[in-house]
This record gives sequence, C-alpha cells and structure tokens, in this order.
Amino acid sequence: MSALRYEQDTIEMRARYCDALVEAARENPRVVAMDVDTSASMGTAPFYAAYPERAINCGIMEANAVGVAAGLSSVGYVPFLHAFGAFASRRAYDQAFLSCAYQNLNVKIIGMDAGVTATVNGGTHMPLEDMGVMRCIPGMTVVEPADGAMLPYLVRHMAQTYGCFYLRFGRKKLMRVYGDGEDFTLGRAIKLRDGRDAAIVACGILVHESLVAAELLRQEGIEVAVLDMHTVKPVDADAIEAAARLCGAIVTAENHNVIGGLGSAVAEVLGERRPVPLERVGVKESFGEIGTQDYLMKKFGLTAGDIAQAVKRAVRRRN
Amino acid sequence: MEADRLTGAAAEIRKLTIRAMAAAGYGHIGGSMSVCEVLAVLYGAVMRIDPARPDWEERDRLVLSKGHCGPALYAALAHYGYFDPALLLTLNANGTLLPSHCDRLKTPGVDLSTGSLGQGVSLGLGAALGCRMKGLSSRAYVIVGDGELQEGQVWEGVQFAAHRNLDNFTLVVDANKRQLDGYVEDICRGFDLERKFGAFGLAALEADGQDCGSILEALTKAKECGRPAAVILDTEKGQGCCFAETVPFNHYMNISSEMAEEACREIDRKLAEVRR
Repeated sequence: MSALRYEQDTIEMRARYCDALVEAARENPRVVAMDVDTSASMGTAPFYAAYPERAINCGIMEANAVGVAAGLSSVGYVPFLHAFGAFASRRAYDQAFLSCAYQNLNVKIIGMDAGVTATVNGGTHMPLEDMGVMRCIPGMTVVEPADGAMLPYLVRHMAQTYGCFYLRFGRKKLMRVYGDGEDFTLGRAIKLRDGRDAAIVACGILVHESLVAAELLRQEGIEVAVLDMHTVKPVDADAIEAAARLCGAIVTAENHNVIGGLGSAVAEVLGERRPVPLERVGVKESFGEIGTQDYLMKKFGLTAGDIAQAVKRAVRRRN
Repeated sequence: MEADRLTGAAAEIRKLTIRAMAAAGYGHIGGSMSVCEVLAVLYGAVMRIDPARPDWEERDRLVLSKGHCGPALYAALAHYGYFDPALLLTLNANGTLLPSHCDRLKTPGVDLSTGSLGQGVSLGLGAALGCRMKGLSSRAYVIVGDGELQEGQVWEGVQFAAHRNLDNFTLVVDANKRQLDGYVEDICRGFDLERKFGAFGLAALEADGQDCGSILEALTKAKECGRPAAVILDTEKGQGCCFAETVPFNHYMNISSEMAEEACREIDRKLAEVRR
C-alpha cells in the first residue's frame, strides 16, 4: 500500500461522501438519500439537486426515519440515512435492530461526527459507543474509513452489498493516508507498515495517529506494524491473529470508548485465538465533552504520543 | 351481500385464531379478537392481493404494528389461501413459521416484521412512499392499537404521512380501550383520537369495529379521500370470544381446548342468529 502520509486532505469528508453517494445513485436508480434535518450539516445538498425525487428530508425524527428507510428497503430501495452519530445509534437503536436488521432489510445508517470530531457540539453529540452498540446487532456491518480516499470506496460497496451497514466518520478534512484510486476490500485489514516489535490495530482518525506513533517509536528503535481495521465488524480475525503471531504484542487505537468497539473486537479475537499482551487506546469510562479536536484527543489519550506509550507498555508486558 | 360474506369470514378467522392459541395453550387473545373483523374486510374486500404470489410487487401491503396479535393475521392469511390452515396449529411451537409476533422472514404473506410497538407505522410509511416513488398504485395499511398510540414514534410517522400527503397510506386504529395493564383511560389516556389525527393533518374516520359493513365503508372512504387517513375502529378487547370478552384483563390468557371449542360453538351460534 503506498502511503501519502501526513498531508491534510483538500476536500472535506462530507463532500467526498456526497460525491460518492451521487455516483452510487447514478449507478443504481434505487439508491435514496435520507436526512433528519441534517442535510446542511452532512452536506447532502448536491444529492438533493441531482436526484430530488430520491432525496427525503424527514425532519427531526430519527426513529421514524429509520423505520421509513426500512419500509423503503422492503420495496427495493437502498436508503442511505444520515444523522448525528449519537442519535443514529442511541436514539434509533431499536429501529435499527428490529425494523432493519432483524428482518434482513437493506438500510445504510450513517452516523456523522464520529467520536471527538463532534468537537464543539460537545458531550451530547459525541458518539463514543456507537460502534459498540451497532456491533451487537446480528448482520450489521460496521465501518469507519481512515481518510477521504477510502470513504468513496466504502460508500460504493455499501450500495452494492445487500444488508445493513453502520458507517461513521467526521465530516471535516482528514489527514490523507491513502492515494486516490487505491483498492480496499470490506472485512480485510490493510497493513500500512511492517514491524515486528508490536502491531497497532487502528480505525478512523487514529490510523493516521498510529502512523505518526510508529515514526516516533522508530526513533527509539521500536518497529511496529500498523493495520487499518476499517471494517470493525466483521473484524479481520485472520489479520489480527497473524499480527499477534508475528509481533507478540498488540495495541488497538480508536476514536471511541474502549468498551464495545475496535478494542473489544480485537480482544475477543486474541482471547479466543492467540492471547498476547494487549493495550487499548480509546476513551475510558468518560462521556464526551466540548472542545477542539486537539484538546479532546489529548484529554482522552488518543494522540500519537499516547499510542506510542501504549506500545511500550505492551512490549514490556511481552518481554 | 358483501358485509354478510365478510361477517362469515371474520367468524372463521376468529375460530381459527382461538383454535391456534388453544393448540399453543396460551395467547394474546384480547387484541387478536378485536382485529378479526378488520382483517376479514382488508383481505376479503379492500386490499389488492394474490395469495398465490405473496411477493407480488403490485400488491397492497399490510403491517400489523400491534405485532403480538400475529395469530389473528395468520388465521386471516390461512383463511384467504396464503397457506394451509393446518399450519396454524404450529403457533409458537419450536421452529414454527408462525411466531407470536409477526415475522416476514418466516410466514408467507407477512409483509413486514413487528413486535416493538410503534415501529410498524414507519415501516408502512416507507412501503407506501416507496410504492409511490416506483409509480405503483399499491397501498399500505397499518394496524395499531389504541394503547400503542402512547408510543411517540406513531406521531412522528403520522406527521410525516400528512406532510408528504401519502394518500396511499391508511392507519387503522384498533381502539379496544385496553392495554396490557388495564384500561387506556386509567394508564395514559389518548383523549379525542379523531381530533388528534385531524390536527396532525390526516383524514380521520370512525367506524364500528365489530361491524364489517361499517369497517368496509370507512376503509373505502379512506382509500378514496385523496389524503392519508386514520380509521378509528370502536372495538372491544376480546370481542366475539365468550371466555375472553367477560374478563377485564384479557391481554394474554391460558386457553384450553375445551374453552376454545365452547367459544367456537358460540361463534357459530351467533353467526346463525345474525343470518336468520
């Protein structure tokens, strides 16, 4: 995998998302965009302009919107429903569970402002448990892109793959990890860097932080592998097991509570297949709060420095 | 005449429901009894269906949002030819195709799964909107209970229906006055349902939910009014079932085969009386 590291994207994630959704709608006349008074925040106006007959702004009613999406899916549509991640997951959970997944319908739920990217909306709007609750739903695929190159790929595959998906991301510009046009496979982790001392398994914005952490560690003579686990469910258990065998120590890094999300998913695989020392970087027993992204990442221990410290702890425990 | 035929069908659906529950030994009898007439009218006279093709794209859809009354829906589906009525005796058995709460993945003719109250309204709205977007003339019918109207999602959905003028959507309210714990009036009353639905922008119609002719008239008006409609059916929880209608708390009862057979004899006797 080539890596255009450490450069900020020139385009916001939401713009890349909307372009991808318009493209998916062009390919498939059943793709529908839905909002819950979130079109301005999510930047979906270009879809409404391109396909007004397939754009549905429900108003502020997450529960009804998820149910309507399920009903649309029952007659053959492929709805992509956008909401603030906190409400897409917590508020409409029973609807995602029962109206969508339980009856094997084809609904794509998009939770925006993943984790600390909710910044100045504060704790009420900061989804730190969304992947955890969604991961509990049978058949629900949970994905989070590392950057704006991967996002369009995920959208395309969500449109083409029957079943319920939960996609989370921050709407602003992210650091670029991948080049344009790279290929990804759902459910397959991407090894961005080789190393034998430990492996960092990350998703979302913490993929980039992990790459920075790897550089910091190299200066101290520690070589770490970095895996982008963009598909948090179903998690790539083979890749985790292989990394554990090769490195003997694993660190997870996620912009999410350590309970229920990537850290839990990796711990489950390691516990069952190959127990090795594991350190989980993520939010620990805290609600979100208001602040800039830099402040929140420091506050919750999500920075490259925090990841590097976790690697050192994992390596010490192995030795 | 039409109403007489439907009254007979409702009696058959009622008997099939009671016998299915007796085979299981228990069931949500009260709320199942109060929808027998409307199910007979919907499947027997109002909905565009083809029991031989339960997945026919141009069919009308029905969502039984009060999903715990699945046994009455299964009885109606069997009566109208979706599957062999003998299957009804497997109600709630291990591995059954007929679970207590409706499951579209298991039962031929069940359009959408329900069981978490309030959610069926949105499912029906999505189906109605999708049919309209596809250019189909199909309609969606959703049956809710009056206790179920306590769920906020119902009112989100009703507002959505009115705003989009989903004139192919009809909400049927089985106003049987009771919920699991007792009377709606005592637990959390719904006030004036006709005015509430009217205020939300729906055409609000009322009918006698024990009279197939009255139900047919209201559902026909709802279909032709050019707006999304709510048809409020005045029903009694347990109606038409002698061992249930005299019991105040009849949401869920244990049912023996003796009770069932006595109730079925009584249903036949009353039907003969009406027809005399």
